[in-house]
Amino acid sequence: MEVVKVENVARVYQIGKLETQALRGVNLSIANGEFTALVGPSGSGKTTLLQMIGCLDQPTSGKVFINDKDVTTLNRNQRADMRRGTIGFIFQFFALIPTLTAYENVEMPLLLNGHTPKERKERVMELLKAVDLVDRANNRPDQLSGGQQQRIAVARALAPNPKLILADEPTANLDTENGRQVMDLMQRLNKETGVTFIFATHDPRVIGYAKRTVTLQDGVITKDSQSNGK
Amino acid sequence: MQILKMAFRDLGRNRRRSFFSALAVAIGLALLMLMSSVIQGEMGSAIESAIRLQSGHIQVRTASYDETKSSLKWEDLVENPEQLASQLAGLDQVKAATPRLFASGFLSTGDESTGVRIYGIDPQSAANDPYRDGIISGSFLTADDREGLLIGQAAADKLHLQAGDKVSLSVNTSNGDVQEQAFTIRGIYTTDTYGFDVSTIFLPLAKAQALTQTENHASTIFILLKDTSYTDGVINAIKAPAGLEVLTWRDLNKLFVEFETMAQTYISFFYLIILAITASVIINTLIMSVYERTREIGILSAIGMRSGRILGLFLAESSLLAVGGVLMGLVLGLLSVYLFNINGFYIGNMGLTGMVISNTLRARLTMDNTVNVSVMTFVATILSGLYPAAMASRMEPVEALRAEK
Repeated sequence: MEVVKVENVARVYQIGKLETQALRGVNLSIANGEFTALVGPSGSGKTTLLQMIGCLDQPTSGKVFINDKDVTTLNRNQRADMRRGTIGFIFQFFALIPTLTAYENVEMPLLLNGHTPKERKERVMELLKAVDLVDRANNRPDQLSGGQQQRIAVARALAPNPKLILADEPTANLDTENGRQVMDLMQRLNKETGVTFIFATHDPRVIGYAKRTVTLQDGVITKDSQSNGK
Repeated sequence: MQILKMAFRDLGRNRRRSFFSALAVAIGLALLMLMSSVIQGEMGSAIESAIRLQSGHIQVRTASYDETKSSLKWEDLVENPEQLASQLAGLDQVKAATPRLFASGFLSTGDESTGVRIYGIDPQSAANDPYRDGIISGSFLTADDREGLLIGQAAADKLHLQAGDKVSLSVNTSNGDVQEQAFTIRGIYTTDTYGFDVSTIFLPLAKAQALTQTENHASTIFILLKDTSYTDGVINAIKAPAGLEVLTWRDLNKLFVEFETMAQTYISFFYLIILAITASVIINTLIMSVYERTREIGILSAIGMRSGRILGLFLAESSLLAVGGVLMGLVLGLLSVYLFNINGFYIGNMGLTGMVISNTLRARLTMDNTVNVSVMTFVATILSGLYPAAMASRMEPVEALRAEK
């Protein structure tokens, strides 16, 4: 079953009088449980495509379906609801809320989803264990290393049991060792939980993890290949 | 709950800025408290002084009596005033009821003279306590004194007089003549009200009646109540004898009542200005905070926080600033009212002789005023959070995420 379906999506940015075509008619279908890399040089449209799939932005034309639901017709709050329940995000920068502890950052999506305190506690501890950071639960982001912050971000993305996790250059700000740890973690969670991962990257070491690699250039898909992954 | 916690920590992130924003709220509130209490003190005491010293709560006099002319014609005066006064004094709510005779005249020493208003009073009546208590040299009058008078400190200073000095007093009489007689200054009084002290002298009622040829008549029955709030009740209880009318302190102090209404309008403008300044500080702080946290807002939005909740987060911050600011402001306000009242604020005589305005401003902070200005400040602070909060909640997540950290 497909989690994501992108139909002929175009996105034009208007900056002053200048029009930039970030996406020019992209078609893509991602099945449940895939571990897919979006690759391509910078400016090729990877991030824009992730934002379309993640309901963070809306296409100029074309349609995006998440779990067979057309998300291009949703209003602002409906898109927020869709993100909250179905989609987890991991960003290139370590996007944690600086005033909250590691524990509270992971807990945030569960709070927004209205889980009981008991459910939240169990789920957060389970996730902190999964990313091996239980002992850092009460630290604020500025007391964690970049790698640790990104692992907390992975835990937060997984917290509400999403169908889909979107990661935009998740290792770009990490050294080799931390980058490897984060990728290993994502891969393990993909295998264990069956959650679908789509990540944008141009790091060849990261691309090696992917079972499917979709290459973008100048806003169109130029190559779509399968491999066995690492 | 989580929102409040986040808001609290967000404010803690930039403690100095949050402190100064709350301080702006606090200073605003303290200013409002001081202003409202000074106005309350001034207005309250002005009306009170006017009642105590000049108008009483109620006066009974003939319908034809013209206060501005101090008429002494018998038909304008109350006949047998003692009898009516003692009847009125019998009412429960009445503290004192006493006849008074008003006349105008000239007080002269060797080469100086001044126009005066003469109060013929019953020295024993409790209504005259404010003058008795204000004696600063010499002694108060006695009912049978035939040659003594009391003079205010301001007039004594002006004419270089002391207790015991001789003066000459010329007075208009009921039949239009002028009577002149020598008096001794028995005592000098002050009511701390320049306008009153400089122009008012006291004689015993009997002597004043003899001098003005108004035997057994008085200009008015002056009535003091145990509390101002009894006024309307007593008015209804008094059946004015034929030819007499009953006036309240409101009728007798029209100028003050109008002045107070006008003052309230001006005060409202000042309130608005202070609140607007406070609001602009809060708006500025929160807008800065929204810009600094643009990416964070993007993250919250990306993980599914609805715009209403983001709005709530920033409103929670302005509410916390409001709570902190108002608490600090109450302390600052109480302190400033206290400091203000240690010495009061000397305004001198302001050149007003017609109005009974105290020489020293004092602040009087009432519970009503404190609650009013606190609520106003609180609401204004929260409302100032609305615009920045709306700004944050309307941010497009993509735009917000793109922001530089």
